[in-house]
Amino acid sequence: MFARGLKRKCLEEDVPADPVQRQSLLDMSLVKLQLCHMLAEPNLCRSVLIANTVRQIQEEMTQDRSWCLPGPQTVGRAPRDRLMSTEILCRSAWAGPPPAPDPADLASALQVVPAAQAPRASLGGSWDRAGPGESRGGFPRSLDQVFETLESHGPGAVEELFSDVDGSYYDLDAVLTGMVGSAKSGPEGLETFPHPASSKFRWVNFLKLSFICLRQYFVLRYIF
Amino acid sequence: MGEDTDTRKINHSFLRDHSYVTEADIISTVEFNHTGELLATGDKGGRVVIFQREPESKHAPHGQGEYDVYSTFQSHEPEFDYLKSLEIEEKINKIKWLPQQNAAHSLLSTNDKTIKLWKITERDKRPEGYNLKDEEGKLKDLSTVTSLQVPVLKPMDLMVEVSPRRVFANGHTYHINSISVNSDCETYMSADDLRINLWHLAITDRSFNIVDIKPANMEDLTEVITASEFHPHHCNLFVYSSSKGSLRLCDMRAAALCDKHSKLFEEPEDPSNRSFFSEIISSVSDVKFSHSGRYMLTRDYLTVKVWDLNMEARPIETYQVHDYLRSKLCSLYENDCIFDKFECAWNGSDSVIMTGAYNNFFRMFDRNTKRDVTLEASRESSKPRAVLKPRRVCVGGKRRRDDISVDSLDFTKKILHTAWHPAENIIAIAATNNLYIFQDKVNSDMH
Repeated sequence: MFARGLKRKCLEEDVPADPVQRQSLLDMSLVKLQLCHMLAEPNLCRSVLIANTVRQIQEEMTQDRSWCLPGPQTVGRAPRDRLMSTEILCRSAWAGPPPAPDPADLASALQVVPAAQAPRASLGGSWDRAGPGESRGGFPRSLDQVFETLESHGPGAVEELFSDVDGSYYDLDAVLTGMVGSAKSGPEGLETFPHPASSKFRWVNFLKLSFICLRQYFVLRYIF
Repeated sequence: MGEDTDTRKINHSFLRDHSYVTEADIISTVEFNHTGELLATGDKGGRVVIFQREPESKHAPHGQGEYDVYSTFQSHEPEFDYLKSLEIEEKINKIKWLPQQNAAHSLLSTNDKTIKLWKITERDKRPEGYNLKDEEGKLKDLSTVTSLQVPVLKPMDLMVEVSPRRVFANGHTYHINSISVNSDCETYMSADDLRINLWHLAITDRSFNIVDIKPANMEDLTEVITASEFHPHHCNLFVYSSSKGSLRLCDMRAAALCDKHSKLFEEPEDPSNRSFFSEIISSVSDVKFSHSGRYMLTRDYLTVKVWDLNMEARPIETYQVHDYLRSKLCSLYENDCIFDKFECAWNGSDSVIMTGAYNNFFRMFDRNTKRDVTLEASRESSKPRAVLKPRRVCVGGKRRRDDISVDSLDFTKKILHTAWHPAENIIAIAATNNLYIFQDKVNSDMH
């Protein structure tokens, strides 16, 4: 009884995980957090433990970067790596069984991105082999899926989104904020939320944006 | 449930197993009362089933009683929180018995949000011979009444009546994970992920918050409360465990809000064993005081630890429950098994500790002889009158005939809830929707 997910080798206990395994662990954790928060009332203990694991991985990734030799490890790479993983996360969370990005794929993807001028095309391209549902056209459709999922919770869902009393919803924000925030050298001030379609690495912000949009959507829909 | 009524008649001598199918519902908690005469189980459907030990009868030559169903009642119903548009699960998270103070038995049962006090009474006599009512209860025609009679109590079939006496609601924002009755028999506490409340058993509209670890900014949240318990003898002391593997002993005399612990029990991390999963596997899933009150037992994902209240630096004993899983943590994280919360239990004399594992295995550790055993709770391996056979998980190397390899363990069959009789060697094991009660006939008394 194994949840569907990215296949990977088990991390050995004492191995300081190599970047690819660490990356895939990060992806898995982010997927879990997302799925956690899709539940009406997430298990707080579980969310906290997963969020802590994500934080730990990111700290190590940042540490490694600051130790790294020059080369492809430019400062601007950091957010892209993270964002890359979030895209895998998006697709796997919204669009069904994800592809299995083996190390070769990830490596090629990492190389493709900095070179590309039309990054969305390249990002989409590197995952083309994932399957019919995974095309770039799947992206806006996945947004609809998000809308549907939240809508199906009923009118009360807006209360849940705004709920202060049950602060567990903030965990997702915390993770995303943490992700965005720790990209200290991230370009273009990742705190702002430009239109997603125009940005090449706005996936993280897009997620936040999508939730904000949804909140506003519900406010508009149910207050007026 | 037809099978249950049939198994009642089976007599037994040696180690025995009874399996009670509780209507396909998963058992979520198991608890003996203070004498061990009653055993309560709660399930995911919000029901509580109480078993009673039959007194030693002439029929069973070996004399020891068996547990039969005593009462079943619906404790919690599914609720809907309209404000948050959320369903509140009716699953019983914990049951705790109150010490018996009169002929009635009382217990506290809780789901995620509401705690209820239930009173269980027996009725085995009823009055007969009323003057104004006839046998069916209809009013008599007064003209037929010619003389007065005094109603007498006549024996009747035993009837067990359960009634809710108190409902302690709206005390918790987060999910209640534990309740614990104080030794003063007047108060009890309930703990959720971030707060612990102190209640008086007679007062339902008010509770005192004694621990609050909610940060001002929820984004700073890194630690939650996982379990808590009152000290068995000192009514001012209680302990709570956290998801980071620490235990905090608090004294209620120190302050109204016990955010500052009196003692902090924490084992320093072993740097050679560090991994991304270190924190998750160090999260304490259960904490139990010993009957003596001197020690605490904690369960984290891979070990059980015995702590001495007088030593905060590290546990005095650590037992590996299933260390062969240490190299599989990644897979267990993937399939969410790493978040399973196992419980642990002491025997009556605090010499043996027990906890559950996967594949319907459970483990017992003898603290004196340092020997341990792995047993299995399943129909196939527990025939009537059979002695439970010790099991072994092999990790490569030499494999004996009946060994199970790590890869063929069934991770869906987990024993999360176990209980040990307070005085005798009788254990109750909940395996998904089956309850197993094992008795050690050979060594009935504690040693």
